[in-house]
Amino acid sequence: MANGEEKKMLPESQAVPPEQIAAENVPVAEAAAPVEVVPNVSKESPAARPAPVAAAQPPAEESLALVRAAYEHPLPIRITHWVNAVSLFVMVASGLRIFRAFPTFGPKIPERVLLDIPKSLTIGGWLGGALQWHFTFMWFFAASGVLYLAYQFLSGHYRTVLFTAKDISGVWPMARHYFLFGPKPPVTGQYNPLQKLAYTSTIGFGVLSLLTGVVLYKPAQFSALAWLLGGFHLTRLWHFAAMCGFLAFIPGHLIMVVLHGWSTFVSMLSGWKREPEYQE
Amino acid sequence: MIEKIEDRELKRRGRRQLLMLAPVAVLGAFALPKLSDHLVAAGVRFSDWASGSLFRSEHLAPTFSNSEVVPFSNFPYNGYDVTDPGVDLENWTLTVEGDVQHPGEYKLSQIQALLKINQNTRHVCVEGWDVIGAFGGTPISEFLMLVGANTSARFLEVECADDYYESIDMPSALHPQSLLCYEMYGQPLDRGHGAPLRLQMPTKLGYKQAKYLETIRVTNVLRAGKTGYWEDQGYSWFGGL
Repeated sequence: MANGEEKKMLPESQAVPPEQIAAENVPVAEAAAPVEVVPNVSKESPAARPAPVAAAQPPAEESLALVRAAYEHPLPIRITHWVNAVSLFVMVASGLRIFRAFPTFGPKIPERVLLDIPKSLTIGGWLGGALQWHFTFMWFFAASGVLYLAYQFLSGHYRTVLFTAKDISGVWPMARHYFLFGPKPPVTGQYNPLQKLAYTSTIGFGVLSLLTGVVLYKPAQFSALAWLLGGFHLTRLWHFAAMCGFLAFIPGHLIMVVLHGWSTFVSMLSGWKREPEYQE
Repeated sequence: MIEKIEDRELKRRGRRQLLMLAPVAVLGAFALPKLSDHLVAAGVRFSDWASGSLFRSEHLAPTFSNSEVVPFSNFPYNGYDVTDPGVDLENWTLTVEGDVQHPGEYKLSQIQALLKINQNTRHVCVEGWDVIGAFGGTPISEFLMLVGANTSARFLEVECADDYYESIDMPSALHPQSLLCYEMYGQPLDRGHGAPLRLQMPTKLGYKQAKYLETIRVTNVLRAGKTGYWEDQGYSWFGGL
């Protein structure tokens, strides 16, 4: 990270406690240095601070151990992310068990097994148990998706992640970097074009899995939607395809989290990304 | 927006935000079987409640042309236990009980004398397969009128010669496509498909379509643990399509 950038932005900082502003000209300590020794001094809880503030004041270079951080993931995003992660896991594992009961997309007679899903990859124990999991977590899955989309669009936060036409040209350089050891394109924002494409695609998979799920669950009540999706048989195939989309996304997503390290993982828990690569 | 934050302050904010996410971790607690059994049972009850609320009595399930019907030989015999409980077709009667004005024994000829409907509809199995078949019979609602049933009662229970049993909600029973079915493909029901009389409801999953009917009961109360052969083992009770 560039120290020049840090200095430039320092005066705008809102996080520096007032009593420390006078000391701002003191050289900034190495940003990543952890400081755990002194009691917490917070502008948000002045009442909790011990009275002799000046006496408790830590050495200047320690108290000014500033780090760059961005509040990347607002609370509604984090909650829906984790509810969705849990329910997606349950939906896939129980869905595979349901698929085992009729593991093909062809006719019942003659039945040709397309895929033999190992029981160990499934949950529910049997078809009825898997259906219970599926019919329970479909509500969590749907609710997390609807709330996520509602929040993204009402807050305008979606602009950071929605894949649009101007991102198209950036996909190939990023893919070349990830998969073919090409040069790393400059980091310009929270998400690069390939990430935007991946995340936006998952929304497509989610919408597809919900619409097809509604039809498979209630093909008579939603007969018009069933017709639009190409009928009951094709709908079952689309439902499976949406799951395959998620299964293609998840390993890449997890690998990237591991590669980018602890701070990326923590950011989806706390909201704060430590030392983001992008500026602005 | 990038901020400059004191290291400790960043950590403190992280911890505070983490606490807000703690309720999500509660979801993970349901990995314990004792908790998850209750959770998924409640989830299915909620889904059934939503399905019942969603059900539109006037909305018809899709029907199909004769060319879309699968050949009779491709319509599966799906017995849960026996494919032929050995019903005495000559002396068979349907016992009617419960909240009806005319309880008693009814002959097949009395049922066949009622309005007859032929319909090509989709039979959907809970396993995921489906077949379009040709069915003939009388609407359950016609028969309920004949026996003077209280159609504001909540449930219809049936018992079968193969010890199968089922119960359905009255709105689904009164749906115009819900049949007491005695014909398939223009022929009397054969023994494998539930002769002489079965339920046939294109708004319900296959396991609700009880075969080898012996008793019909109109009731307001379902007996716990006797709501349906598969339902008592965990399938959705509503089983609606």
